[in-house]
Amino acid sequence: MTTISNETTVGDGIDNVEGHPTPELPATLSTTPAKKKKRGLSRWLPPLLVFLGIVVVWYIISLFVLDPHLRFLLPLPQDILFKGFLDPLSFNALMVALYQTVIVAMLGLAIAIVIGVIWAIAMSQAKWVERSLFPYAVILQCIPILALVPLIGFWFGYEFPSRVLVCVMIALFPMVNNTLFGLQSVDKGHRELFKLQGANRWTTLGKLSLPAALPAIFAGMRISAGLAVVGAIVGDQFFRRGTPGLGILISNYSSRLQGEQLFATIITAALFGVVVFWLFGLLGRRAVGKWYDFT
Amino acid sequence: MTVTAPAPTNTQTSTTDVLLDFSNVEMTFPDGTIALHGVDLVVKRGEFVTVVGPSGCGKSTLLRIASGLETASNGVAQVGTDRIGYVFQDATLLPWRNVTANVELLAELHGESKKDRAAKAREAIELVGLGGFEKHLPKALSGGMKMRASLARSLTLDPELFLFDEPFGALDEITRERLNDELIELFNAKQFAGLFITHSVSEAVYMSTKVVVMSGRPGTIVETFDVPFPPTRDPEVRFTPEFAALVGEVSHALRKGHGNS
Ligand SMILES: Nc1ncnc2c1ncn2[C@@H]1O[C@H](COP(=O)(O)OP(=O)(O)O)[C@@H](O)[C@H]1O
Ligand SMILES: [Mg+2]
Repeated sequence: MTTISNETTVGDGIDNVEGHPTPELPATLSTTPAKKKKRGLSRWLPPLLVFLGIVVVWYIISLFVLDPHLRFLLPLPQDILFKGFLDPLSFNALMVALYQTVIVAMLGLAIAIVIGVIWAIAMSQAKWVERSLFPYAVILQCIPILALVPLIGFWFGYEFPSRVLVCVMIALFPMVNNTLFGLQSVDKGHRELFKLQGANRWTTLGKLSLPAALPAIFAGMRISAGLAVVGAIVGDQFFRRGTPGLGILISNYSSRLQGEQLFATIITAALFGVVVFWLFGLLGRRAVGKWYDFT
Repeated sequence: MTVTAPAPTNTQTSTTDVLLDFSNVEMTFPDGTIALHGVDLVVKRGEFVTVVGPSGCGKSTLLRIASGLETASNGVAQVGTDRIGYVFQDATLLPWRNVTANVELLAELHGESKKDRAAKAREAIELVGLGGFEKHLPKALSGGMKMRASLARSLTLDPELFLFDEPFGALDEITRERLNDELIELFNAKQFAGLFITHSVSEAVYMSTKVVVMSGRPGTIVETFDVPFPPTRDPEVRFTPEFAALVGEVSHALRKGHGNS
């Protein structure tokens, strides 16, 4: 990034053209070379070494510690790869289940985001609304969702809608909480700036509070996204009708002692969680990174 | 808001030239803090009045009442225009908007067309010497440049009454002096009514046509000084004995007022 030198040039420019005094040099941007992300070997080597260490220990346990007939407890890595992932039958089942889980998690997340943001906006409009509604957000967060699962099954059946509902309930609180926090942490000076111009509450919401809350909203989204993945897999294991997702696959494989497939499915679920976390971090940086240090 | 102030003693100014008229203004906050007590203050078009006083004496409260953010708990606070510029100590720029979008904000909030507000913003940005920085985000600007952007934002209102709450207090000496000169230039060009708060006595004397000294809390006006220097200030005026003498007098009044509290 060469913004700093650009600005200097532009600043000198107006001095010459318009006869204005040169504005002071801009503050140093946060992109000094020292802060630039380290790329290459020094960054990737340490985690790579840890990974290799884990693989070595894995092989030792799998080959020398476990009895051959107990090897399903920790199958050899190449068996997980070839039997669990690449075997056409397993691969097919895995992809279908992954697709199903992605749909459930993302739909649940989308609903949680919409409800959460609206809920928080409602609470930010008046203290009495907040006092009336916030306790329910906390209660939602505190009830063990698993305790509600039988009820959800009674009411909404044992298929897709119930799985989505579990996702929504698990992912909702961070959205409500973060959005509310964001909306309420608007700078007092900014509020007064809008008030002085007689801006009404909707203008203030659209042009001030919501933009100011975006970093908090995106941080909430990233947390909720991770929870939605958990919700999708948990919901799966209770509501077993309809297309199986990763959760059903995991319980099936474990009950059939299919270690290779079980490990492949668990690894897939973990990777899905990691990808979602990374994706929503990226989304946040894209959305507000220009003006906010979104980490 | 209309001015119903009594006819001013100076026959040459019409009533519409009185843009701020405080008489016996008091401010007691709900928690019992008495911030202002019996404040009488008039600011006319073409006057640049600076208020100095110890911190916590109610200077900001004075401006907040003038702007309508706060209502006086007693007395009469009249303001003769709704075109009020208000520059805070912080630049209060919206960090997600670039300079142009920040400067356009007030016109945008008043529902003006894209074209009108773009034109206003362009003119204001040129006036404060920020040309070339239109697309910069606030975080890429220095403190002085942020203040310029904030000033430009207020200028788009074409204020008749311009309130400044220690706007340059956080800036370094050199930047502050440069902005002082530019603000004087702006004032001479636009002839608004200025009410400027500072804690620097020499800035007060340098900037204004009139210096008002406030006592410690509860703030009240203890002394008023007319500044005799010509409106187009030569920076060199700071080094004249007359300037030093006036700074001395104001400082003295300030110390006396502080002692009373
Ligand atoms: N909303 C408020 N409630 C109670 N006290 C306040 C409030 N605003 C300001 N004050 C008090 O009033 C006094 C004057 O404040 P202020 O006008 O900000 O002083 P200054 O700008 O001269 O430093 C201070 O003692 C401050 O603590
Ligand atoms: Mg103050």
